[in-house]
Amino acid sequence: MDMPIPSAEILSRRADHIAALKSVVPADRVIEDVIGLRAYECDALTAYRCTPLAVVLPCNTEEVAAVLKLCHDRGIPVVPRGAGTSLAGGSLPTADAVVVGVARLTDVLEVDYDDRIMRIQTGRTNLSVTAAIEEDGWFYAPDPSSQLACAISGNIGMNSGGAHCLKYGVTVNNLLGLRMVLMDGTIIDLGGAHMDAGDIDLLPVVCGAEGQLSIVTEATLRILPKPEGARPVMVAFGSSAVAGACVSDIIKAGIVPVAIEFMDRPCIEACEAFAKAGYPDCEALLIIEVEGSDREIDHQLALIREIAERHNPDEIRESRSADESARIWLGRKSAFGAMGQINDYMCLDGTIPVSELPYVLERIGELSKEYGLGVANVFHAGDGNMHPLILFDANKPGDLQRCEAMGADILRLCIEVGGCLTGEHGVGIEKRDLMHAQFNAQDLEAQMIVKDVFDPKWLLNAAKVFPLDASEARRA
Amino acid sequence: MTQTTFTPTTEEELSDIIASASAPFDIVGGGTRHTPAGHQRLSTAGLSGVRLYEPGALTLVAGAGTTMAEINALLADNGQRLPFEPMDHRAVLGTSGEPTLGGMVALNHCGPRRVQAGSARDMLLGLRFVDGSGRIVKNGGRVMKNVTGYDIARLHCGARGKLGVMTEISLKVLPLPERTATMALAEPSPIAAVAALSKALGSPFEVNGAAWHQGRILLRIEGFNDSVSYRADQLSRLLPGLTLVDENPWDDLRDARFAATSDRDIWRVSLRASNGAKAAERLMGMGVDVTLDWGGALLWASTDNGFDLRSALGGLHGHATRLRGAGDTPALEPAADGVAQLTSALQKAYDPRGLFNR
Repeated sequence: MDMPIPSAEILSRRADHIAALKSVVPADRVIEDVIGLRAYECDALTAYRCTPLAVVLPCNTEEVAAVLKLCHDRGIPVVPRGAGTSLAGGSLPTADAVVVGVARLTDVLEVDYDDRIMRIQTGRTNLSVTAAIEEDGWFYAPDPSSQLACAISGNIGMNSGGAHCLKYGVTVNNLLGLRMVLMDGTIIDLGGAHMDAGDIDLLPVVCGAEGQLSIVTEATLRILPKPEGARPVMVAFGSSAVAGACVSDIIKAGIVPVAIEFMDRPCIEACEAFAKAGYPDCEALLIIEVEGSDREIDHQLALIREIAERHNPDEIRESRSADESARIWLGRKSAFGAMGQINDYMCLDGTIPVSELPYVLERIGELSKEYGLGVANVFHAGDGNMHPLILFDANKPGDLQRCEAMGADILRLCIEVGGCLTGEHGVGIEKRDLMHAQFNAQDLEAQMIVKDVFDPKWLLNAAKVFPLDASEARRA
Repeated sequence: MTQTTFTPTTEEELSDIIASASAPFDIVGGGTRHTPAGHQRLSTAGLSGVRLYEPGALTLVAGAGTTMAEINALLADNGQRLPFEPMDHRAVLGTSGEPTLGGMVALNHCGPRRVQAGSARDMLLGLRFVDGSGRIVKNGGRVMKNVTGYDIARLHCGARGKLGVMTEISLKVLPLPERTATMALAEPSPIAAVAALSKALGSPFEVNGAAWHQGRILLRIEGFNDSVSYRADQLSRLLPGLTLVDENPWDDLRDARFAATSDRDIWRVSLRASNGAKAAERLMGMGVDVTLDWGGALLWASTDNGFDLRSALGGLHGHATRLRGAGDTPALEPAADGVAQLTSALQKAYDPRGLFNR
């Protein structure tokens, strides 16, 4: 994975730059020692690491603005960071970059149930946003698997989704307003507690821009009353193709469950060994969750059962209690941990049209044989967002490279069938150079001119998202 | 004099027309949503037709010039719909013609179901467009979850064609409900009405229409037959006096048809729900007719011609658009300085020669 060569000029003036940082924010905001910096050398894409020039953890928006303005004036690259859980290398630094983290911005600024909004600082973790309101019967809908650790700033950066977005949408659908700082230090407010914009709306392009346009410090979120209840049903099938057809039939029948999750045999076996959730011995498994009152849930589950039975399932296991629901979810929720226990793995995130599911799974099986690497599939089937986990051995020379090559083949396959490289994790550095497979030069140009407007000097997280050859002239 | 009208049938043709243009265009779909400025016309009528429809994947892809009538009929045949209830402007603007998909996205349409299903922006999956340099661009795609690169597709939602000419649009669609029910309750005060609407929207009963119109609270619930009965019962416990009514006020609310017959100015105001109540009370005292939707977060006002609604709102609003009428103030809410600078720079980047909808 190539990264731009750090500026020798910036590196040689490191002490001076750090002194300058300490002159615009209190000194305790700045981390400069080798040990302290080590925590910031990578995110959850741990295969790539680089120690940054310095790290700043500001305590308010004005401090973020002061740091960005200083770096802007001095031509120092900046890498924004939330909680560092990016699987795509979204907050991987370069040696000449200052990491600006929002980890200290964790306050809830306002909760208003009458207006159904909540205003927070973006360093707050996803789960603790809901935690602040759930006793009152409310929740914030997007729920990425990393929700215990990931920060809202990163959710906004990557436009994160989660298991329940089939019904509730992803971050952009639940974000009403934000306060952000541009690279030159300008503080901008977009949107607010009202529901739309009167003219061109910049908010949806800032959301998902992977920290390349601004650093978002505050967000106004749409919050929702909790449903009366939710219960899943688990359906086991003899083949992945039949499971895929069942998903399509459920949706065609006018039922939109809150979540439809899919697991294949390798994944089921690993989860079973790890979590002992009592999953059936089968080729493919769907977990379908519906919401409402008990009566409404019973009705929807009966409809789903009727459709599933037409596909000759091995087993249908309907939850009748909170305990049974937890047992059904247990395996799925521990899938990544389970895989991690048996192997190193790389988690992909391509999305495909749901109708292409059987073909894509078959091709992934063939690629697995060609490369000699195991693959387990676990994903959000309702919206076609796949998470193939490629298993490899990091200690075996060449294995990581083979795994990356196979991952690239799978992602090209996703594009071939009408899908995309990434459904919720973002491009980062991981899929940066595959962008050419999805977009032509004009498509990329039309995106990069947005960055030209927000960050004309291309200092903010510039070595991400766009293939280095495409962005080279701008970064120079 | 009659204006020249260009009606390209391919993206390449459209690109050539734009690249060789020396004067600005009015981009026209069905011509139902705005009064053209009198420039040469660029029609999307030749860029129409459904390209892909997969009910099992909840996905529709169609040319920007496809009529809403065609889309709605196709979806209804398959038991589906555009859940955000796009507004039809013909009644309030007195226009004729057939609204198109492109116009719907350009204005980021939505209706009463905004409180649950969002707007066109929320259901947009992808876009193809030609920008002011003649560049043919695709963004997003046809899948439901996609964070690959910047989301410039959604930038076009509400941009009124100022960033380019859309050629193809992908949308997420949703199933039609088995049953729709409307409930009503008399309430003369907008403050009390919004408080009641908040209570309903804060309940788990999935209210997807919440308006205050002509002294009544109106709620809508949709879903399976049995569910609707259950939720109606629960809501009537929550708001005593609320009863099921056998009427459909929602299409009129969506299109603001209640304001169409007079010749007064019509304003559409987006604001925080609780401010909707305050604004309604204040405006009613000034002789303005007010209807609230979205639980108070959307305010429709019919005013005397030339009335300066924004000043009257005194900062209570997010933004106010004068949909019909003229005045000394701009029809669209001016943005704050920082936002305005970014927006105009973006416009210049996509349309450096100022060709589109100026």
